[in-house]
Amino acid sequence: MHYSPISRRDFLKAAGALVVTISVPGTVASALSQSTDGKPPLTPDELDSWIAVLPNGNVTAFFGKMDMGQGVDVAIAQMVAEELDVAFERVDVVMGDTALTCNQGGASGSTGIQFGGIALRNAAAEARRLLLEGASQRLSVPTEQLAIENGVIRSTTDASRTISYGELVGGKYFNAKLDWNKRYGNPLAVHGKAQPKRPAEYKVVGKTFPQKIITEKVMGRLQYITDVKVDGMVHARVVRPPTAGCGPVSVDESSLKGIPGARVVKEKEFVAVIADREWDAVRAAEALKVTWAPPCTPFPAMEKLHDHIRQAKGIGSETPIKKGDVDAALKSAERVIEVEYEWPLQSHASMGPACAIADIRADSGMLLTGSQKPHYGRNGCSKLTGVPLDKMHAKWIPGPGSYGRNDAGDAAHDAALISKLVGRPVRLQYMRADATAWDPKGPAVVYRARAGLDAQGNVVAYDFFAKGFSRQDVIQTENDPKDTLAGQMTGYAPKPEIIFQTPAEKYEFANKRCGWECVAPLLARASPLRTAHFRDPLGAETHFASESFIDEIANAVGSDPVEFRLKYLKDPRHIAIVKAAADKAAWSARPYPNPNRGKGDVMTGRGFSYTERNGTLVAMVCEVEVDRRNGRVWAKKFTVAHDCGQIINPGGLRITIEGNVVQATSRTLFEEVQFDTNQVKSVDWASYPILDIADAPEAIDIVLINRPEIAPSGGGEPSTRTVPASIANAIFDATGIRLRKVPLTPQRMKAALDKA
Amino acid sequence: MKLSLVVDGKAQSVDADPAMPLLYALRDDLGLNNPKFGCGRAQCGACTVHVDGIATRSCVTPVGTVAGKRITTLSGLGTAEKPHVLQTAFIEEQVPQCGYCLNGWVMTAAAFLRENPQPTDAQIRTALAGLKCRCGTHMAILRAVKRAATMSA
Repeated sequence: MHYSPISRRDFLKAAGALVVTISVPGTVASALSQSTDGKPPLTPDELDSWIAVLPNGNVTAFFGKMDMGQGVDVAIAQMVAEELDVAFERVDVVMGDTALTCNQGGASGSTGIQFGGIALRNAAAEARRLLLEGASQRLSVPTEQLAIENGVIRSTTDASRTISYGELVGGKYFNAKLDWNKRYGNPLAVHGKAQPKRPAEYKVVGKTFPQKIITEKVMGRLQYITDVKVDGMVHARVVRPPTAGCGPVSVDESSLKGIPGARVVKEKEFVAVIADREWDAVRAAEALKVTWAPPCTPFPAMEKLHDHIRQAKGIGSETPIKKGDVDAALKSAERVIEVEYEWPLQSHASMGPACAIADIRADSGMLLTGSQKPHYGRNGCSKLTGVPLDKMHAKWIPGPGSYGRNDAGDAAHDAALISKLVGRPVRLQYMRADATAWDPKGPAVVYRARAGLDAQGNVVAYDFFAKGFSRQDVIQTENDPKDTLAGQMTGYAPKPEIIFQTPAEKYEFANKRCGWECVAPLLARASPLRTAHFRDPLGAETHFASESFIDEIANAVGSDPVEFRLKYLKDPRHIAIVKAAADKAAWSARPYPNPNRGKGDVMTGRGFSYTERNGTLVAMVCEVEVDRRNGRVWAKKFTVAHDCGQIINPGGLRITIEGNVVQATSRTLFEEVQFDTNQVKSVDWASYPILDIADAPEAIDIVLINRPEIAPSGGGEPSTRTVPASIANAIFDATGIRLRKVPLTPQRMKAALDKA
Repeated sequence: MKLSLVVDGKAQSVDADPAMPLLYALRDDLGLNNPKFGCGRAQCGACTVHVDGIATRSCVTPVGTVAGKRITTLSGLGTAEKPHVLQTAFIEEQVPQCGYCLNGWVMTAAAFLRENPQPTDAQIRTALAGLKCRCGTHMAILRAVKRAATMSA
């Protein structure tokens, strides 16, 4: 591939547009013309930053967020097609290129549709309004007498009067302004004078459309970031210290003798190797002899991690939910239940180790990255290399999976640093251990939950407290080198954010308190155990504890877990989601444990949980089999009810939910980062096992509740957090054993069964 | 050293260290990018190719050991005009999310279905054990393999 930066003007040309200048001052047509000096600036207040019409009338939408494989770009195309009244097939979505898209925050927080799509919807609606006005002028027909069908505007009174989008504005710019809230990233919002359509008018939104890119993937035609080659590039591999926190004292370059072209790249504590051939770079990274110091033991013993958290001094705390007098209610309660839950450190362990290509020159820079936030990667690499931001171009190319701030952001900075140091384009790919051991981690947490019950079994006090690592030892973007390994290894001081979470549900307990306290990172700088956002950050962790605990209370008062939840929920939408899951699963009320659990080797049970995430509601029933002989837990069936307001693409939403459920099942049953006092020991799939297809559920039944009148609130993550407790609760139903420490491995299950 | 390979039906020659994994010869020397680097330890399957019809992890297969053997990659499995039945099924079931693991599932399932054209669900799970997918598309994979078996029945 020959890489060259592409401008918006080049883009329209490449797409077959003839860029011409029309200026009709004082008429609305000027809004449809291109100014003499070409392209309006790529700022969110320009309609041209969002929508382009090609000469053939096809539409390109410029999306400043990203799709990581769940097909959010398909939903964006639907929303744009809907507002513009063009066929879905005629809309293309461009994303991930900093020269073509505004920074809408990249893939982030399940907001692709919730925020990103709404901006595109408003922009498309405004484009339609301007096109109608332009057509009205050109056809001399009032807009009220115009109708649009698939990009052709016609008079409703004179069928001979028609004009197409292509004829009106194809290849030209709108040169029209939008109101912009002056924010970038997730909060970016724009709107024009036009009102988007009412849901009753929808023809495209709400239907399933397939992902075109899937055909490219399946036929082996899609180029991934790992497949890109640029002229003159060298291959690089990083060399990480064997003990976390150590730096290189000396590097023996002669250890690379005999490997053609291999050489060392070193800057302060950062060490890498390059070679012309990839295999030589791989061999060089293995062969390189480095003396590391100082010796240190940065981590507690793994089995003491949660005790370390319990005993560690807090560095920040909050109590966001305070209702009534919890302490007094606990004191006067007839009975108090108090338990603790533990969640381990977890790795993104993306399907392939991250890869990036960087070409850093004296006066310009180019970054190709699989990161879900290329705009921020561009900012960070600009700071790291000194290339001015306006001379730095970043482009996303599909990578080996991404569910948050994984290793891709680090690879981008490593590649940029190496390219700067060697003066050539660099392709860096991590090896498996660089990914699993050194990617940012999902935080470990200890939860303490207490409930006070009166004599009738009513909950009079609810007290939920989390203590653990912040979810952002490095922030969720690679906007600044301080949040990357390359930065931290070359002198940028880390600055962890102190940020945590409380359960998201609407149980109306008279006295309720939910709070948290963060503890310091185990190792301040360049730590392989630094935390960052991993799909539904802290959601799986927190709601494993909170929804397990709700079940524990239900059990303590002898109540059916669904009835118990409904007793304390008052919000109709929340009640509806609980009922939807229970109904679909044919839930019949009874207390725990399952009276028909089975007397043989395999016991069966069912568990319930319900959660909210930024407006999206999920309730879930999990049915498990627990094997007495080996402790194997099979999450055999899930029944999921999902309400994220307006649904854009039900088929896309279903596969997204399936992915959430299976990935979260993997995290619940199998995943835990192994480490000793020196270093992370999870370096591959053997030492960081994830779910195997043998353990995939037999069925995932999904009930989608569509609420077209309620703004869409996102489906990329919310069903993740509902999974862990549904499994733990089902295990309790099957066995009478409450597992409170994730992962719920066969070893832990077997040990508990043997003890019972 | 110069090695002769037959890849996707075409005679090819690469000049490489015979100890180098086949994966790097395919990707870097022959520009065949469908086998992916996932782990380099034969633990995930993303690098799978067929060597004389047998699903093989190319990341741990020294290129010197496959000289003269018949190697098939995903590009050699089917074409746009004539996709492999698994490719049709994977598209119809909209299986891949990030898609990086897909090569391993399709290549492994293709070798399996050739020997077991009408497998049970349990046989499919056993045959595909050990392959990794981080996006959690396992349900769709199972549906697609089942569909492919039905389609070729």
